[in-house]
Amino acid sequence: MAQHSENTEKLPAQTKEIWRTFWILLGITALEFLIAFTIDADQYKWTKVGIFIILTIVKAYFIVAIFMHLGSEVKALIWTVILPCIFVVWLIVALIVEGGYIGVERLFFN
Amino acid sequence: MASANTSTTAEHLIWKGGVQPMKVGYGKLMMWIFLLSDTFTFSALLISYGLVRYSFPTFEGLRKNFEFSTTWWPIPERVFEAVPFLHGISAPLVFVGIMTFILIMSSVTMVLAVEAGHRRDKADVEKYMLWTILGGFAFLSSQAWEWGHFIHGTEEGLTLANGAKVFGANLVQNQYGPPAFADFFFFITGFHGTHVFSGVVLNILIFYNTANGVYEKRGHYDMIEKVGLYWHFVDLVWVFVFTFFYLV
Repeated sequence: MAQHSENTEKLPAQTKEIWRTFWILLGITALEFLIAFTIDADQYKWTKVGIFIILTIVKAYFIVAIFMHLGSEVKALIWTVILPCIFVVWLIVALIVEGGYIGVERLFFN
Repeated sequence: MASANTSTTAEHLIWKGGVQPMKVGYGKLMMWIFLLSDTFTFSALLISYGLVRYSFPTFEGLRKNFEFSTTWWPIPERVFEAVPFLHGISAPLVFVGIMTFILIMSSVTMVLAVEAGHRRDKADVEKYMLWTILGGFAFLSSQAWEWGHFIHGTEEGLTLANGAKVFGANLVQNQYGPPAFADFFFFITGFHGTHVFSGVVLNILIFYNTANGVYEKRGHYDMIEKVGLYWHFVDLVWVFVFTFFYLV
């Protein structure tokens, strides 16, 4: 590693993409607040929930792909991380449905 | 494996077998695997939250008529509406929004520190690490305040069917809804807060090492990148906690 220590002059910082990602994340969070306060939750409850989940996944994508640099790793590593998470999605759906049934049972037997 | 060593790969990133699986250093790959297992732990917490939440009835009436009861699940924005120094003013989700901003901001300063590490710019790494540590402490203090408020509850409290009054929340009783709501709040935000705390400890450690020139002597700032991965993960988890606990 000797060749590094000779190089004392400063390299220019490459922060353009980092700040771009920051503004995207901030913008999405602001949008979430806007939706939380402007869309009527009595009428459009599931629309709201859907929008929030989609925006959350978009935010997660930017954090993982840009901040954690997963987007620039090799395909094998990307899939090693993403594939198990896809199975988690299935577990979420399955157990939330199951929770509904538990609620029905509780209603009947109380 | 002479061919592997003549490639452009930096020497410290080659594994002991002379090759480099998945084109990353050993430590970084193991950090990814650890984060994956941590994802499962947090998923388990959030999934059980979802299961228990949908096993409870939701409030049937219009939102403006919403009242707290231990029978149905509370609407989160009615629970988390307090902001420090603004006593008695209802500002739903504002404080959580501030906390989210603090965490995203500290994630940005962390990634700037990682970028400075790639340039081997010691002063820049130190500067951004300090900002990141500050952000971590700011977040933890905010969370401590929120826990305090949640535990103490409101002045009116909640009157139960038998006439007894409940103030605030703990693991067995909860003025905002079923006790399970408070249990999940303490477990999920608590587990996340513990992660933030360990992240701050790691950040202080690598800041100390940077300031002492350990990484300069080592010839690379890979440690910043590995701890950075952990810190971003903590931010990532918060994004999900924010949505599923506070928004939905």
